[in-house]
Amino acid sequence: MQSTAHDFKENVGTALSDPNLQDSLAKLKVGFSERRRQAAERLPEFEVLRDRARDIKNHALANLDFYLEEFERKVTALGGHVHWAPTAADARRIIGDLCKSAGARTVAKSKSMVAEEIALNEHLEQLGIAPIETDLGEYIIQLRHEPPSHIIAPAVHLTKDQVADTFHEHHAPLGFTRRLTERNDLVAEARYVLRQKFLEADVGLTGANFLVAETGSSMLVTNEGNADLSNTLPKMHIVLASIEKVIPTLEDAAVLLRVLARSATGQESSAYTTLNTGPKRSGDLDGPSQYHVVLLDNGRSAVLGTEMQDMLRCIRCGACMNHCPVYGAIGGHAYGWVYPGPIGAVLTPQLIGMEEAGDLPNASTFCGRCESVCPVRIPLPGLMRHWREREFERHLTPRPVRQGLALWSFLVRRPKLYRRVTQLANRLLAMFGRAEGRYHTLPLAGGWTRFRDFPAPPAGGTFHAQWARHGGARIRP
Amino acid sequence: MSETANGGARTQILNGIRHSLRRGALQGAARQAAEQRLATPPRGPAVARAQLPQPEKVALFCQWAEANNATVARVTAAEVPAEVAAYLTRNNLPATAVMAPAAQLDGYDWSGQKMLALRRGRAEGTDQVSITGAFAGIAETGTLVMASGPDHPVSLNLLPDTHIVVLREGDIVGGYEDVWERLRARYGKNGMPRTVNTITGPSRTGDIEQAMELGAHGPRRMHILVVRD
Repeated sequence: MQSTAHDFKENVGTALSDPNLQDSLAKLKVGFSERRRQAAERLPEFEVLRDRARDIKNHALANLDFYLEEFERKVTALGGHVHWAPTAADARRIIGDLCKSAGARTVAKSKSMVAEEIALNEHLEQLGIAPIETDLGEYIIQLRHEPPSHIIAPAVHLTKDQVADTFHEHHAPLGFTRRLTERNDLVAEARYVLRQKFLEADVGLTGANFLVAETGSSMLVTNEGNADLSNTLPKMHIVLASIEKVIPTLEDAAVLLRVLARSATGQESSAYTTLNTGPKRSGDLDGPSQYHVVLLDNGRSAVLGTEMQDMLRCIRCGACMNHCPVYGAIGGHAYGWVYPGPIGAVLTPQLIGMEEAGDLPNASTFCGRCESVCPVRIPLPGLMRHWREREFERHLTPRPVRQGLALWSFLVRRPKLYRRVTQLANRLLAMFGRAEGRYHTLPLAGGWTRFRDFPAPPAGGTFHAQWARHGGARIRP
Repeated sequence: MSETANGGARTQILNGIRHSLRRGALQGAARQAAEQRLATPPRGPAVARAQLPQPEKVALFCQWAEANNATVARVTAAEVPAEVAAYLTRNNLPATAVMAPAAQLDGYDWSGQKMLALRRGRAEGTDQVSITGAFAGIAETGTLVMASGPDHPVSLNLLPDTHIVVLREGDIVGGYEDVWERLRARYGKNGMPRTVNTITGPSRTGDIEQAMELGAHGPRRMHILVVRD
């Protein structure tokens, strides 16, 4: 998908003034996040499980090459095929070739963020193959030609009325001429339309939540059952997964599953958790005759062993964005690429470059909620700070910010001068009129006062001045 | 794509990982530890509610299955056919079903249900009701475990609007880990069925305004017959 992350500031402006988006985002605060809190409280072992989940992913990353090879060995032994894709282009080519070899006209797709990452749909369309998104949220946004705005709820930015309009427009030619108003009717209509597509599809393409090295299984967690129809009805099943999805054993999967659904939607368990291992066996009455796993690197191996490695623990639950005040205000599209929210602010500069997405790590108040809810305890604010440091080091920060920071840094390293300057600034501000206790306009601070008042400094001088006057002790290290 | 090209890509990724981790291929104690982990997988922290005595496991399974929008009937083996027929009648469903070709299900005496038409095989797009067994039930979350095979086509779990599952009390276990042990016992350490579906209630979606709606792609209704041993 084409990134608009470089237009982040403009995107934010658009998002803040979109009433439908703001309505949808208001529901996020009482939806997923409240349900997550309740689910975590119902399981006394939740915090210990989070610790173990973090340790499992750390262990898997430290031994990633070993577990990938083990995974490949098991898949191959059971009749499946593993394909290695260093780049997005490699993965697109491999999948395109597989689809062509199956003579595919349509591909039933189950939601995959990695497929978004490699822009798979556009590639298949160029080959004359129709990708059909079957997850309800993905289906809705495919009809609207929009990218997903959330990693587990791709259409979370839309209201029910917008979905009703979209279905009315696209389903009318299929004979559904009545505009629906109820959620369950909308779900039923999509079910009917997509069921026909499932029965016709030549290839089923899914992502994977985990790859289990012990058994050579891909593990997929969904609520709708669309992924399971995708991996059962067509004659070929392709799994697209990035390399950091591999974990050692089924026991490890049990730990991760216990934190995944609760963190994502607040469910005790998602409706469907499926292990796929190889193609259909002799005697099986259904299932694909070919099973392929495409392992994508796309820059991930380079993150190992660096200060950014922790981002590879992510299990894509979406809790960080559900709890982020910035995501809650601007939604997912403003981030401009596949992964929004705090994890997007950390992943995107890595995957598409800091020049393109350097602004994203700045979109955080560092309130720390993302880290406090992350099921694998990724230090998201810390990682965003690393990116800010790198941005500064590489001189990508805008000149006024750099100059401001340089001036501030010059002053704070000279305490006497710093105090003089702040005292002077304090007096200057007083001259502009402190009577109201706030300023509607202020020279050099138009960016602030255009939207809100600037508070007047309190009477009695700077903090340092007051501290000295009240006989505050000097603390020496 | 040629095997050589794939081999080159494989080497490139594996070497990239090793370069980043500042080591060669995994060796020595670290390799032994990883091999040991695969051979005898360590369990994660115990979850108390997955460690109950058997009768309480059964009760907890039923409680969570119902909390996840399934319906549950506790019956004896002799009552299974009548309960299936009665469920279809209660819900105004056709007395026609596709049933898994499994010895467990054929072991029940269906001859008393003259009105019930059963076909054995996989599900087609037109089937309204399916009847299957289950490999296990997980008490911790009210989850059913289905292992695919000639006696349990996967499509039966997914295509029909209504899924009726016959689960023996003795197959209800505490947590996922107990299911993994059973899978290893049945299929061997190096074997797995093509598909293991773990299913918790009917299909659902929260994709429109985060409100859960049942019956997205899989069954809209799930009825579980828990059979006393």
